[in-house]
Amino acid sequence: MDVKHIAKLASLTLKPDEEDKLSKQFEESLKTIAVINDLDTTGIEPTSQVTGLTNVTREDVIDKSRILPQNLALSGANNTHNGYFVVPAILNAD
Amino acid sequence: MLTDESIVSLHSKLKSKQISSTDLLNECFAAIDTQNPKLNAFITQADRKELKKRAESTPLSHTLSGIPYVLKDAYLTKGLQTTAASNVLRGYIPQYDATLVEKLSQSGALLLGKTNQDAWGHGASSENSDFGPVKNPWDTTRVAGGSTGGVAAAISSGMSVFGIGEDTGGSIRNPAGWCGISGLKVTYGRVSRYGAIAYASSLDSMGPMAKSVEDLALILHTIAGVDAKDATSSPRTVPNYLTNLNSGIKGKVIGLPSEYFQEGIDPEIKRTILSAAKQFASLGGKIDESVSLPSLSYGVAIYYLLAPSETSSNLARYDGIRYGHDRSHFTTESIRRIMVGTFALSSGYYDAYYKRAQKARTLIIREYNQAFSKCDFILAPTSPTPPTKLGELISDPLKNMLADIFTVTVNTAGIPALVIPCGFTVSNLPIGIQLQGPMFSEELLFQAGHAYQQATNWHERHPNL
Repeated sequence: MDVKHIAKLASLTLKPDEEDKLSKQFEESLKTIAVINDLDTTGIEPTSQVTGLTNVTREDVIDKSRILPQNLALSGANNTHNGYFVVPAILNAD
Repeated sequence: MLTDESIVSLHSKLKSKQISSTDLLNECFAAIDTQNPKLNAFITQADRKELKKRAESTPLSHTLSGIPYVLKDAYLTKGLQTTAASNVLRGYIPQYDATLVEKLSQSGALLLGKTNQDAWGHGASSENSDFGPVKNPWDTTRVAGGSTGGVAAAISSGMSVFGIGEDTGGSIRNPAGWCGISGLKVTYGRVSRYGAIAYASSLDSMGPMAKSVEDLALILHTIAGVDAKDATSSPRTVPNYLTNLNSGIKGKVIGLPSEYFQEGIDPEIKRTILSAAKQFASLGGKIDESVSLPSLSYGVAIYYLLAPSETSSNLARYDGIRYGHDRSHFTTESIRRIMVGTFALSSGYYDAYYKRAQKARTLIIREYNQAFSKCDFILAPTSPTPPTKLGELISDPLKNMLADIFTVTVNTAGIPALVIPCGFTVSNLPIGIQLQGPMFSEELLFQAGHAYQQATNWHERHPNL
């Protein structure tokens, strides 16, 4: 169980003392979950939702009451610039 | 105390001007000032001056008008801090209301504030909170249960008349049981999830919490219904749950699966639940012990694959860019769940874990369908133990998982379940009994729970505050 790799996939940074502890707890959790392998699921279809509904659509019409004005949409951000959200750089100028 | 009374009784007193909404508010404020410092039920309280103004100007057009309530801090409230009890959202002010908040606001109910919980719904004790744990009003060295512990503690201690919780694996039922109040996990899709901070999208179910089944029926009638903003909400008509509330359960077949009473259940709880089952029989129900749920013991494994997987996806949006703070603020329990989920969904493991859990989910649904072909509803314990001591569950991830053992299969199947008080341990800790029914059987569950509450008075007991 590569805890470092999973953390990277989930965009989580683990503190060095957390890694060992989490690794152990992870193994224990997976042992409890592993009983699922005792269940015979051959030929059983997976269920992804229980509503029985399909293709719930609406008309392609704008509902103005559901639109946030720009200032409110930006109101929670720590970093904005000229009406834009500012995101961390992902490309380095090499 | 006014907050001990039913919503119907309070409404009648308000209408006849025996009391005013302000009287009711003042009583809640006094209880909050005395009890909240001990119990830590609230994260954010609404402005009292504003509330009093609203109370004075609210017409009594609805049974919930002027009635104070609380919301688990997982529901977006426009202009009022919403945190899901996590530092990731500390200081976050939503710009819109959840649908059920809008509905309650329109009814004239008065929001006292947002209550404490396990962060993101991740827990069964309300200890996994960045705002401190919620204490149990019956014994403040113990937990209130989770993840909707704050609502349960607030109602149980007289701070609020009712509240709305959220249940993904037991989060309404566990604290209702451990705080001695009544709580309903609705059928998946019965109440809109729009504006509810998502934990596991295919399992999350909203629900009312209050001191009696009659109150729950009233509240559900107000918040249930299809919502254009939630594509998973059910178009099925919402019945008036009060109309046939007194119908009773004569002739109803009640399943009592033995799988709930095998190893792991506290003997006092087992005795109390079985005794309550006899009471239901005396009310005209026919107990059928042959009703069986063979895969109950796999419930925790299935849930702890589905829920973490879905939460790893839902919590991916918290990057601190558009709102909130960065991902370094997640607690250990949440990190653990995100990682288990990420693992279960990752390449090479998806089939063996997540897909397998989805197939097992089909088995659980089939078993419940089989069970309900033989009985009208099922009786079961809510928790395997009485309320735990502070620190007991949060320090033991495995024990924490197993706390949900009797509640998780309900969410997996999507069915509704009601928890009501049915007794106490010798040390005066509440015990709750769980009633599980087929999809959209809330009306029947209310009838059964109400009949029980007419014949008993466990739900009228109060903690020694």
